[in-house]
Amino acid sequence: MACSATAQIIQPLSINSARSVDNSDACAKILNPSSFLVSTPRINKKLFSVNKSISPFARRSATVFAVSSDVVKEKKLKSNSSLSNLLITKEEGLELYEDMYLGRAFEDMCAQMYYRGKMFGFVHLYNGQEAVSTGFIKLLKKEDCVVSTYRDHVHSLSKGVPAREVMGELFGKTTGCCRGQGGSMHMFSKEHNVLGGFAFIGEGIPVATGAAFTSKYKREVLKEDCDEVTLAFFGDGTCNNGQFFECLNMAALWKLPIVFVVENNLWAIGMSHLRATSDPQIWKKGPAFGMPGVHVDGMDVLKVREVAKEAIGRARRGEGPTLVECETYRFRGHSLADPDELRDPAEKAHYATRDPITALKKYMAENKLAAEAELKVIEKKIDELVEDAVEFADKSPVPARSQLLENVFADPRGFGIGPDGKYRCEDPKFTQGTAHV
Amino acid sequence: MLRIMRNKLDAPVFTSPFLKPAGLALRSYSSSAKQMTVREALNSALDEEMSADHNVFLMGEEVGEYQGAYKVSKGLLQKFGPERVVDTPITEAGFTGIGVGAAFYGLRPVVEFMTFNFAMQAIDHIINSAAKTNYMSAGNINVPIVFRGPNGAAAGVGAQHSQCYAAWYGSCPGLKVLIPYSSEDARGLLKAAIRDPDPVVFLENELLYGEAFPVSAEVLDSRFCIPIGKAKIEREGKHVTITAFSKMVGFSLKAAETLAKDGIDAEVINLRSIRPLDRPTINASVRKTNRLVTVEEGFPQHGVGAEICASIVEDSFGYLDSPVERIAGADVPMPYAANLERMALPQVEDIISLENILKDVDENQGAPTSNEDQTPMMPLGVESNLGDAFHETETWQLNGASGLQVWEEVFW
Repeated sequence: MACSATAQIIQPLSINSARSVDNSDACAKILNPSSFLVSTPRINKKLFSVNKSISPFARRSATVFAVSSDVVKEKKLKSNSSLSNLLITKEEGLELYEDMYLGRAFEDMCAQMYYRGKMFGFVHLYNGQEAVSTGFIKLLKKEDCVVSTYRDHVHSLSKGVPAREVMGELFGKTTGCCRGQGGSMHMFSKEHNVLGGFAFIGEGIPVATGAAFTSKYKREVLKEDCDEVTLAFFGDGTCNNGQFFECLNMAALWKLPIVFVVENNLWAIGMSHLRATSDPQIWKKGPAFGMPGVHVDGMDVLKVREVAKEAIGRARRGEGPTLVECETYRFRGHSLADPDELRDPAEKAHYATRDPITALKKYMAENKLAAEAELKVIEKKIDELVEDAVEFADKSPVPARSQLLENVFADPRGFGIGPDGKYRCEDPKFTQGTAHV
Repeated sequence: MLRIMRNKLDAPVFTSPFLKPAGLALRSYSSSAKQMTVREALNSALDEEMSADHNVFLMGEEVGEYQGAYKVSKGLLQKFGPERVVDTPITEAGFTGIGVGAAFYGLRPVVEFMTFNFAMQAIDHIINSAAKTNYMSAGNINVPIVFRGPNGAAAGVGAQHSQCYAAWYGSCPGLKVLIPYSSEDARGLLKAAIRDPDPVVFLENELLYGEAFPVSAEVLDSRFCIPIGKAKIEREGKHVTITAFSKMVGFSLKAAETLAKDGIDAEVINLRSIRPLDRPTINASVRKTNRLVTVEEGFPQHGVGAEICASIVEDSFGYLDSPVERIAGADVPMPYAANLERMALPQVEDIISLENILKDVDENQGAPTSNEDQTPMMPLGVESNLGDAFHETETWQLNGASGLQVWEEVFW
């Protein structure tokens, strides 16, 4: 599995030196920073040098580090360099900001609507994790696929599904992207290649692997010019599930163009990742199957974007899958029904200081990429967009009674396709009962 | 799993079947018969569909280099190459999900399970990702996938390899469930399944793979396919309708031949499609014969026979001269010992003896029997000439005494 392409990765922030290990006190003994270095000696063929971040391990204990100051400090160092050394252009920065802000505003509106009774059932919000969605999905083409879990509103929005359609779906109206038949957990869009929205954790991973299989099949068997990539998003809890490992194996075995993105927010409802997992460092599970495993700070959209560029590029070039562990955090509970009592408020406060939107805002301000006023314009635009989506969904009609029995099958009457290639029920002789069976 | 036939009080006069000439309904074949085994039929169907559409590919354990665990995919690897005939690791959940994902995104996979027992590891994908997606996405994303493999009991393979899943998959909206018997069925239904835009569960039978059936020229044509959701009347008859699927069709046909010698003309329906179930055909048949026996290999509770019985009761209750009888496998996990296994599955003799009991009832018209055994929900001792060993499982009355009273009120 020798790969000749050497990955060029821009190290945005050489944080290794800046972040002192001593601060990690007890944690350092358990997980020393070197464990986060290049993923594995075996894969360390310089094909993928890893962008690392050493996270403050507020996990083991309640000791919390205010790291945001570090993060911002690093970015401040950067601002002295010329503009050409920056990671993003102004347009890209504004795009990223807009997308993250849309995710946040939308989810906040969902919470409001839920408590007002307009939305119902299970609603899982993505607040705090926007950097992962934006960082990855904004690098995709329209033909690339995204497969997600039940926490899929923001993935759909980032991929391009209009906010109106997502809100309509959440309200259960017929104007939703799935005509109100899917709901919060099942966002499907053929046009934007969002392949769901799955309630079972781990269910989306094989489906994503299958979409990647299709890309490869199209390229190799059907000889089409196809370099579509699939992203599979899932959480830390899923990484203990059998299907995850089955798919890591097959994706690496067949070198499928897929990126497995782990949104490690440390909590699976009320189950801490550390209580559930024998080895909590998920990125290590990649090399065990022969693919690079990368760990990145998921609260920083720029770092995520850099890693994503590399991973998606690998997949597009046909070099195979990558496992990316994004360390992130959800500011709200698991779902809107979750009282969220088990998480330490200090931990929540700590991560709140690392809010990805504020961080990007600061970065852009310090590097003179965008003025405060420009960002305010974007925020206003997004607020209006979300309000409009709510109004639209509110005014939309509920599904008609006839919709209940529609769409069970693609085949209208269930009689299958005849020898002439058309649906049998369309053949008048068949429906009259005179066709020879 | 036999039930006592309750004698009807003041039953309407019924022409004794003895007065009618016993005749065998002839099976008609289109033209001179070429013999083809079910295995060859499946292989040729796969071959032709994969040649016709390059989006079709086969995936499963041992389908490639091993030429198929039951040699159904023999020669396909050599013809189509390893990208289209994919040998998978032993990861049912994983590769079934991969098949579903490929179907979401535009290909037409055929996922083979070594037996449908193993498909239980992947049943989440069959039901939750495949069956429900067209509905959940409101028609956005359809799933043109076929899940196929042997189903039901083989010979001496034990409890974990012998379950029949027709009833389980048949209860799920969003799935089409097909279950062939002969080579013609196998070829036509598999071709229809592969061309179909929806998820199809294709339940084969290991013991039928080697059985040869005559096939006409029409069946051998590459465009041949059978409609989904239509049952086939394998043998016409007048006195009793027997519905069956898969191996039980063969048993029912044999039983019908024996019964014909006694003057009982049985109509045998090969269901072919469990979902959608061909209720019109079954109902029409029962309205003609007035009696129904359902035969299946699977467990009795919530089985296919239960659904057929309910359907007939709902739609053709007035036409029934006697309650619907179900013949099903024994309500136990499949034992290993050969004699026990034989007892746990319906055999030809069971079907015959039931018809004889039906015949006995007709002969005793007008003689009221005591109703002491009609307490609802009591296990019945079953009378039969097969001996006690077969009837160790308890049988439950479907209709209690109250049911009978209602019937009387309505009809007399």
